[in-house]
Amino acid sequence: MSLLPFFEWCENADLIVAMRSSLWLFPAIESLHLLGLAMIGGALLVVDLRLLGFGLRRQPVATLARDAEPWLLGSLGVMLPTGVLLFMSSAVKCYYLPVFWLKMATLLTALAFTFSIRRRVAMAVETGVHPGRARVVGSASISLWLIVAIAGRFVGLP
Amino acid sequence: MLLAFFDWLATTAGSIALHESLHAYRIVSTVHVVTLSLFVGTASLLDLRLLGATLRSVPVSEVARRLRPWTMAGFALMIASGALLFYANPSPRYQNLFFRVKMAMLVAAGINAWLFHRQVFPRVADWDSDPVPPRRARMAGGLALALWAAMIVSGRMIAYDWFDCSRQPQSALVNLLQGCRTESH
Repeated sequence: MSLLPFFEWCENADLIVAMRSSLWLFPAIESLHLLGLAMIGGALLVVDLRLLGFGLRRQPVATLARDAEPWLLGSLGVMLPTGVLLFMSSAVKCYYLPVFWLKMATLLTALAFTFSIRRRVAMAVETGVHPGRARVVGSASISLWLIVAIAGRFVGLP
Repeated sequence: MLLAFFDWLATTAGSIALHESLHAYRIVSTVHVVTLSLFVGTASLLDLRLLGATLRSVPVSEVARRLRPWTMAGFALMIASGALLFYANPSPRYQNLFFRVKMAMLVAAGINAWLFHRQVFPRVADWDSDPVPPRRARMAGGLALALWAAMIVSGRMIAYDWFDCSRQPQSALVNLLQGCRTESH
């Protein structure tokens, strides 16, 4: 079964039709999505750079991971709902856009990785995780989120 | 006058090439947007530390020193890619209200950072490990965060043509703020 009818329904939902008829609502949602992008960058990088042996090297990874977590969750709390609205407003365009599917696949992978392997490694580093393994996890996290961001930019381009 | 210079700049080969190219322009704009998470992301961590909102157990000077190269690298990429985006459309950007607001915010953020490094940071040793830094430091951090947010929002709005000089009539104030060439002049 094709997902296309669902995408068409998204684009014509009452909420989205109302959003499109407003002059400033769409730019406001775009702006919120970008503010979330700035914040999630800091929340992810402070831990990923430390896993790679850069940045706040003198601090235990677990401390940084704990301090960054509310900001990570907060920025996802802004980015996911605003992202859903941005998607719905041009759902049919997205359906035919390979880079949209790339972004969604990478986003799900990045979320699953961040809240399973990366969190476990970040919280356990001082109890003895091999630095080599920490570096692999740090680079994987940066790479996955970077693909999400770049693909996201290309979804938004006209 | 600046506008005449930007009109001339738009006739240079590089500006035309960038303006007309599909991929080069897309790549530059992608670098500009994605670097936001490096530049503002790492800068905000220091600002939030100054507010006592995160990394409270890490000395302020350590956050500042260790993150500075990453913030600076992000800033260099932002300025370089931003200058190229401007170069592709000099006069329309120069006369765009949101672009002018964004540049004003950038100058304000620069002054805020300069004052902080001149007047507040030299005495960081007195409060380096305080979970919540003194009022002057909190003010600098809070102001910086507000200015970054204003820059991001006005930057996003540059793409909207609501106030374009070519879309008259606009209010006299808008025409004045953007330096539109109106018929009466």
